[in-house]
Amino acid sequence: MSLISVRNVWKEYDDTVVLEQINLEIDQRAFVALVGPSGCGKTTFLKMLLSEEQPTRGTIKIDDAPISPEPTADRGVVYQRYSVFSHLTVLGNVLLGRELQAGGPAGTLFGRLFGAEKALAVAEARELIAAVGLSHAESRYPAQLSGGMQQRLALAQALMGRPKVLLLDEPFGALDPGIRAEIHVLMRNLWNERALTIVMVTHDLPEAFALATRVIAFERRRNEPTDCGRYGATITQDFEIWPRRIPAPLDSLKPPGRDDPTPQTVSYRDDPVKTGSAA
Amino acid sequence: MRLINRRPVPRAARLLALLPFAAVLLAYVISSALRLAENPADKLLPAFSSFAAAIDRMAFTADPRTGDVLLWLDTFASLRRLFAGLAISTMVAVVLGIAIGLLPYLRATLGGFVTAFSMAPPLALLPILFITVGLGEAAKITLIAIGVTPPLVRDMALRVEDVPRQQIVKAQTLGASSWTIALRVILPQVLPRLLDSIRLQLGPAWLFLISAEAIAAESGLGYRIFLVRRYLSMDVILPYVAWITLLAFLMDVAIVLLQRRAFPWFAEARASS
Ligand SMILES: Nc1ncnc2c1ncn2[C@@H]1O[C@H](COP(=O)(O)OP(=O)(O)O)[C@@H](O)[C@H]1O
Ligand SMILES: [Mg+2]
Repeated sequence: MSLISVRNVWKEYDDTVVLEQINLEIDQRAFVALVGPSGCGKTTFLKMLLSEEQPTRGTIKIDDAPISPEPTADRGVVYQRYSVFSHLTVLGNVLLGRELQAGGPAGTLFGRLFGAEKALAVAEARELIAAVGLSHAESRYPAQLSGGMQQRLALAQALMGRPKVLLLDEPFGALDPGIRAEIHVLMRNLWNERALTIVMVTHDLPEAFALATRVIAFERRRNEPTDCGRYGATITQDFEIWPRRIPAPLDSLKPPGRDDPTPQTVSYRDDPVKTGSAA
Repeated sequence: MRLINRRPVPRAARLLALLPFAAVLLAYVISSALRLAENPADKLLPAFSSFAAAIDRMAFTADPRTGDVLLWLDTFASLRRLFAGLAISTMVAVVLGIAIGLLPYLRATLGGFVTAFSMAPPLALLPILFITVGLGEAAKITLIAIGVTPPLVRDMALRVEDVPRQQIVKAQTLGASSWTIALRVILPQVLPRLLDSIRLQLGPAWLFLISAEAIAAESGLGYRIFLVRRYLSMDVILPYVAWITLLAFLMDVAIVLLQRRAFPWFAEARASS
């Protein structure tokens, strides 16, 4: 059974149809790349998966249950910009992914963790920070990070929230090619090593083919200037990448013990960061 | 080179900054000397020796009638009113501004009301205050609060709406409730901006304070200058005005320092957004 199930979804704004008749089944642990011309409704579709927008018609289900009408912790997101909080350090940003879910009176009241729970979350946050290669920058604020580092931070923060589905809207669109290639390696490792299902919007076809298990194209079938707004975009292409990309089975990935060295699969070169004024 | 591209070196810039002060001082000394040469009893532009005497009388000698040192008595009374008014405004602005900016129902209910209320000239409300809460401290503090709160609330609400929508959605995907979004995402990001708008409201706050004191008070910086005005005591008024200006300036500097100290991330975040 598929994890995400999109049935006959339409999206209209006033009298323009943006998307029509979207039907889509996405499997557990798939990595779907959504491509299409600018303005065809990719972001709109992602917003509906996120419950930031509601479909005009049709239903979206995750695990066979209709998705909540507002964003919830089962769906994480990384945007091209503004994904991290400028008033928190790298560690603070990642930690927030767990603190905002803190239960109990103290968690509900302060949105923070305390004591042993906090120590556990800090250890986990540090692991994630190491996994995205930001250990050396743990106490920096986002404004002191390069664009690539900010996006890696955004990934770590989203993963800290333990989402079932990770939604990415052109997350690497603003990065330089070299940095982008590195973050692709990271992205593939993260997907490979975690129980993640990913839907990524991109306008970069090579990126889609480099990362995804499945590429889906949105397009307006009819595009006469005279019927502006009367026809929306729909899925025109949908194919699996061949040879199949199969993620590592999760039980083969035993989580590292506390005393094991942190696994560092790639070494990150990074764009220089302005320092000096930071201190 | 074009004028727009010609810059003073730092030392020259500091000297240039002193220049207008020096010029005004010089102009004063000359005019004062000229007037006093014509009429030694002239009260309009007193000599610096009269200032020194007045300052000594007001700031360093106890008043023979009451035993108080008047400048400090006035300063203490005025600052207490000013801080009380600003504290009330700030607390209301934080709570109401964030709530209006974040909660669509509250924005729909109160947004227009706050805007309309902020159009009422506070000084026109002063008689109403005197009638309803009397001539005491409460009226003066309330005037400051009434004058300063609406712009602070509106600015706070706007700053909250300026927080990128993505951040609010992001926080929800991390499991936040409305309350924890306000507490952990919005509040820390708007507090440094609140300090900015308090800085801008310091001017109006002093204006309302001095006005209220001028009309009804037994002490206070504004009370004193309006009192001695009857005797044309420029030797007291001018030092008082300079002292008020200095206090306002120091408060502005203190807020800037607090902003830098308490929100180290803010300057860079503002520059890079
Ligand atoms: N809130 C809205 N109101 C009206 N039209 C909108 C709104 N949001 C998006 N659109 C329209 O929907 C279309 C698709 O936008 P978008 O999903 O951002 O495209 P993409 O991400 O593929 O570039 C655009 O033509 C845009 O003008
Ligand atoms: Mg888009």
